[in-house]
Amino acid sequence: MGNPRLVDPARLVQLTVSGASSGCIYGLIALGFVLVYKATEMVNFAQGEIMMLGGFTAYTLIAKAGLNYWLGAGLTVVIIAAFGFLLDLLVLRRLIGQKQFSVVMLTFGLASIFRAVAGMGWGYDPVGFVTPFTNKVVRVGGIVLSETSMSIIVGTVLLCTALYLFFARTRMGLAMQAASQNQLAAYYMGVPVKTVFSLVWAISAGIAAIAAVLLAPVAMVDVNMGLIGMNAFAGAVLGGFGSIPGAVIGGVVVGVVEQMAGYFLPAGFQETSANLVLLAVLIIYPQGLFGTLTRKRV
Amino acid sequence: MTADGVPILRVHNLETYYGPIQALHGISLEVPCGRIVTVLGANGAGKTTVLRTISGVITPERGQVQFAGRNIGKLSPDQVMRAGICHVPEGREVFPFLTVDENLRMGAYTRTDKDAIERDIQTCFDYFPILKTRATQRAGLLSGGEQQMLVISRALMGRPKLLLLDEPSLGLSPLLILQIFEIIRRINRDHGMSILLVEQNANIALQTADFGYVLEVGRVVISGDSAELLQREDIKEFYLGQRGTSARAAQRWKRKASWH
Repeated sequence: MGNPRLVDPARLVQLTVSGASSGCIYGLIALGFVLVYKATEMVNFAQGEIMMLGGFTAYTLIAKAGLNYWLGAGLTVVIIAAFGFLLDLLVLRRLIGQKQFSVVMLTFGLASIFRAVAGMGWGYDPVGFVTPFTNKVVRVGGIVLSETSMSIIVGTVLLCTALYLFFARTRMGLAMQAASQNQLAAYYMGVPVKTVFSLVWAISAGIAAIAAVLLAPVAMVDVNMGLIGMNAFAGAVLGGFGSIPGAVIGGVVVGVVEQMAGYFLPAGFQETSANLVLLAVLIIYPQGLFGTLTRKRV
Repeated sequence: MTADGVPILRVHNLETYYGPIQALHGISLEVPCGRIVTVLGANGAGKTTVLRTISGVITPERGQVQFAGRNIGKLSPDQVMRAGICHVPEGREVFPFLTVDENLRMGAYTRTDKDAIERDIQTCFDYFPILKTRATQRAGLLSGGEQQMLVISRALMGRPKLLLLDEPSLGLSPLLILQIFEIIRRINRDHGMSILLVEQNANIALQTADFGYVLEVGRVVISGDSAELLQREDIKEFYLGQRGTSARAAQRWKRKASWH
């Protein structure tokens, strides 16, 4: 073990906040995994790469075209959501009813295509853009917290609230829940299920774009940033893969564990901690924190 | 509006396949406007396939489905619903994690007339008062009978011109079956709603319906007025489980009894 360190409470709070903020990003990507999985029973391993495309789109609009940050961010979400809709309409819809393995291979393939296309279009150098939160700090009673961390956490909470209200209160949100619970019955209610599923893809892609915009002040945008999708996947599994609050909470837990591992454990543990969490969950508690078993009443 | 008694649904020479297996061998039937028509038959006779073909889940290989004068054979299930047909599938397909109230509102998904939707929810609660006490519970937690009441109510929320009911009696207690069929009669009477009812319980189905068809391995073998069908010897013997009077039927009964 390395040298034992003094743990002062302020340090612990800072570690937790920065862990929670990267965890929120994992949580948002995990949310994208879970939404698509609940609706279509597909696991989209290109979710991280969709976030990467969102990062580059925001960079192009804000840094290159010189749009206002908020306008550029909003446009990015719209563009990436439309991209997600078309992805389902043109590609993934054809795989409904195929083996899970085909879906995994296809989405892994899409992920490498997206990385290659992004490399050709935007190059392989990391890029970034200035946000209203860059390089600012908030002081709360002697504890220094970066405004970027806070903006990520606040942004995630707001987005989750908005999504909750959308799913619980709106007609379309209810139809999405219904279609994911019982596809055939939703058809019988007049719900155009295929279009609804494409809209679910649009929402998860839009969430990934928001994650990219929130992450931009902390991490540079580059071709490989989508690889954090794997950490997010660990978060989704921890949350029970199928539970929406579970995805966010699982992501946050993975983020905090990662920060703590980086501080208290020898070098190398920070990078592998998400995978260790994933393995531990699968071995010890495979249904996850919020996993539910659905049984049909006969 | 279609005049009372004129066919609102006309199925002509329907042939449907599951992969290489032919399930329907040229079925023709009609549902007159405002009437209850029942389709009887044993397991595997093709009853459910007829309903699924009408509601667009299965595309027929040959034949036509005409609804209110319009050919709906090639429409998708959601388009068929918007045309005015609500399908209550067998096995009580509720949305298990939505509340009873939300399930009912999903039934009105295609409607925008808010006030009328609230009134229709109250009408459903009048038909099935137990649903009112369960309104905020998840549908997956209801008993089988309550779920059956819910899926019928949910279909009514779509204000269909034609209601397709697939084995509403399946797995329910005799008393509950009587209640449900009483409501089915009331729905037909109160709203003049045309109903196509698929059943294995031939007795109650024929007592409820105006007209009946009997299916055997994908073909219509008998059809007629319900009262007439109830009197036929072969129906009594094979579908009503009554002891036959003919020598052949007695023999069959004896043979069957000796198996145990």
